Formats: sequence, C-alpha cells, structure tokens
Amino acid sequence: MTAMLNVKDLRAYYGQVQALHGLSFALNEGSLTTLLGANGAGKTTTLRAICNMVRSTGAIEFDGAPLAGRSTENVVRLGIAHVPQGRGTFTTMTVEENLQLGAITRKDKAGVVSDIERMYDHFPVLKQRHTQQAGTLSGGEQQMLAVARALMLRPRLMLLDEPSFGLAPLIVRDLFRILGKINREDKVTILVVEQNAQLALELADQAYVIETGRIVMSGNAKDIANNEDVRKSYLGY
Amino acid sequence: MELFTNQVLAGIATGAIYACMALAVVMIYQAIDHLNFAQGEMAMFSTFISWQMMQWGIPYWGAFVLTLAFSFAGGIVIERLLFKPLAKAPILTNVAGFIALFAIINSVAGLIWDFTIKQYPTPFGSSPFLGSQLISTHQAGMIGVTVLLLILLFFFFQYTRIGLAMRAAASLPESARLVGINTSWMIALGWGMAAAIGSIAGMLIAPVVFLEPNMMGGVLIYGFAAAVLGGLTSPLGAVIGGFLVGIFENLAGTYIPGVGNELKLPIALALIITVLVVKPAGLFGRPIVKRV
Repeated sequence: MTAMLNVKDLRAYYGQVQALHGLSFALNEGSLTTLLGANGAGKTTTLRAICNMVRSTGAIEFDGAPLAGRSTENVVRLGIAHVPQGRGTFTTMTVEENLQLGAITRKDKAGVVSDIERMYDHFPVLKQRHTQQAGTLSGGEQQMLAVARALMLRPRLMLLDEPSFGLAPLIVRDLFRILGKINREDKVTILVVEQNAQLALELADQAYVIETGRIVMSGNAKDIANNEDVRKSYLGY
Repeated sequence: MELFTNQVLAGIATGAIYACMALAVVMIYQAIDHLNFAQGEMAMFSTFISWQMMQWGIPYWGAFVLTLAFSFAGGIVIERLLFKPLAKAPILTNVAGFIALFAIINSVAGLIWDFTIKQYPTPFGSSPFLGSQLISTHQAGMIGVTVLLLILLFFFFQYTRIGLAMRAAASLPESARLVGINTSWMIALGWGMAAAIGSIAGMLIAPVVFLEPNMMGGVLIYGFAAAVLGGLTSPLGAVIGGFLVGIFENLAGTYIPGVGNELKLPIALALIITVLVVKPAGLFGRPIVKRV
C-alpha cells in the first residue's frame, strides 16, 4: 500500500534557525497517527511545513503529487484541513459563519447545508450557539468549532495541532472520542500533534516521536505506549 | 426652532458627501486594516476620467459606468504594483506608500488636466428638492445613492460567499488561508471596490465642490472623521457618522460663537480625537469580545 502523505528529509527554517533536521515519515490512508514530542521538538513546524506556512526543503507528497511550490490555500484545496495551534477561530464572526468559511472552497451548496447540520449533530453545543459570536465560546467549544470548521472542507487528511491544549481532561476525552469516530466513520486520515502523549497513544493507531527536529521513534501506538523505556525517556510519564 | 431644523437639513445635505467618502474609507480599512490617505486623490482622478469621457461626448451614465470599471481595475492594479510588495512591511512603510501615491496622483492629475476649476454636471438637476431651499435635488440624489450603496454593500458582505471570504481574509489572514481563501486576491478585490466606491463619491461631490486636483483634501478628512465616529468596521456606522459630522459641523457653526466657517475643519479633527478617546470602536463598530 502506498502512503497518502509521504514526507522525506524535511528541513524547515525560521530565518537562520533550522527547526527540522531531515524528518521522514508516512501516513497511510485511513490511519490515525500521532506525532509526539516535547515543547520545541518541531511538531508544530512539521504541520506548518506540510501546509507551506514555513520555509522548508525536502519532499512532501500527497497522493504521489509534490506539495512544494503550492501556496497554503492551494494545499488546503487538495483536501488537507489544518486545525492550527490556538484554533484559528474567526472570533468576530458567528459560529455558523465559521462553519460556512470551512466550506468556502466547495461549490455544492446543498452539500454544505447538510454538512452544517451534520456538524450540529456531532457537536450539539454548536447548534445552541450558532448565531453567537465565536469569540464568546469557551475554549472547549472553540476547539469543537475548529474541528467542525476543518471537517466542513470534507478533507481527506486532517492535521490537528495540540487539540487538547488548555482544555479540561473531560473535554479532551470527549474531543478525542469524536476524532476517533470521524476517522472511522468518515474515513478521514488524521495526523494529530500532541503533548498529552498518554491520551494521544490511546486514540492513535500509529505514532512517531520527535526530538529536536528528528524522528527518534516510530511504530504501532500500542507498542510505544507499552514500552516503558520509551515512555520514560521521551514521553515523560 | 426653524433655524435649527434648517441647519440640520443643510447638515444632512453636506453629510451625504462625507458619508459617501467614509464608505470608501471603511471599505479599504476592512480589506487592509489601514487608512488609505490617497483615497481622496484616487477618487479625484476617477472623477477627472469621467469628466474627460464626457468631454469626448460620452453621455453621463455611460461615463459613470465606464469610470466605475476603470476605478475598480485601477484599484487592483495599484494594489498589485505598489502595496502587494509592501504587504509584510511595517505600517510606517505603508503610510509612506500612501503619501507617495497621494502626491503622484495629485501631480499627474494637475499635469494632465491642470489646476483650474472645472464645472461638473449632476444627473439629478439642481433645483430645490420638494420645494425646500436647503436641499437641492442633487443633494437628495446623493443621499439616495449613498443609502443604496450601503444596502448593496450590506448584502454583499452578509450574504455572498465572496463577501464572507473577504471579511475572513481581513480579520484573520492565516486562518483564512487555512480554509482555502486566496487572501492576497481578497485584498486586491478590496482595493478595487474601495476605488470604485470612491469614484462614485468623487462624481457626486464634484458638482458641489467643483472639479480640480485638490477637491478632495478637506472632504477626505471629514470622511475619516465620519468613519472614525461611526466605527471603522461598520459601513452603516460610516454613513450615519457622515451625516452626524455634517449636522454637527453646521450646528457648531451656527450656535457656538466664533466658530463660523473657518473653524469647521478643526471641529472635524477634534471630533476624531474625542471619539478615539471616549469610544475607540466608534458608535457602531463591533466591539470584539474575546474569551481566553
């Protein structure tokens, strides 16, 4: 089976500073993969490099086609939805407008309308608040909105940058349950970057561990979770 | 009392000029988050283009529509050539760009059409409106066009996909790119629309202030005052702000001893400062609620 997303020898730079030092990994279609690592390891940079939001070299292929030279919006238009750190909510707009924006590149009006209803089924709290300014939502609700907005693209691949950040443990569990459901039922391939390794390994089927811009460990999520040495040296629990 | 009503009416009539200009100011502010100091000069140049077309024998409405199209394209060209390369530059660099643009357009207009004052026609006539000596049919027409423009803009931003995309690109460019919006073109589109609205303002103002390269100087300051008063994020606020500034200016000129005509402009400036201090979001600007 060929990989849906193939990253080879990825190096990324912020000005003169190199943040990624030749990262390689692959995602299979339909998989739910987590990318783990400490603060500053390069997790966010990896996601940003996929969407061409940071200067990088190396090869990133999506369905066999290179992403290099595509603008961020053109990467997104291929069906890659990115939920950024800090959620990227359009805080001055209503919840419903945020969802419409997620589908702004789609031409099928009827499909968009029914997808908004589907999101309200997934996340009932968004329906209650659909006319409210998105900035007034709580952190957890905003994260739900960010995931829903990304799904409105009908993505084939969804990238999530620390969805658990700043959320209460119960809300994180709920969110991860929904992510698993989306992965299974809607066949969306998911790559989730996390600091909360324990929860992420429960959710994912594949895992990569990165440290200072390099992959130091990869494999089946359960194996990594069960390997005490790895847990102690890289994941800190 | 009659003096008061008359002054209010006259204020509404001049306010229409400011409202129209303020609308263009808000439009560009929405797209690029800056005030374009060259907005007035762009409007003046467009007005000259329409005047030139009429000199060549094109009827008023034909020239009007052609000028709209020219201004729209011109706004986009200016953005692509001058301000796209400055997109990541600090705000002061952009301000310098606006001032350069101001000087260039002003001089080029003077070079082509010289600085003598020219008559400019009105499509609405200039007889008294409904028998009132205070509002002419031209001024009434101007109010009508401004309100119509406002309604069109409202529907555009609220109910069209491209309007929504433009708002998103203006408020959060990075997130907008992440939902697939080409933010760079949205900014260009904003420039085009602002230039077109400005050209309407110019063509409506010219019959009142006469056509010459410096015709927009004072008007733009009042337009800024109106936009700040109403709220830079709200087209409706800009229009109401325009009328309020017009009324305020007239009443102050009438009732405050010593103000008269000479001190009207400082009053507009004082108004800008007062509003910025007391209510920075303006009367109708959307207060942005954020929960962390």
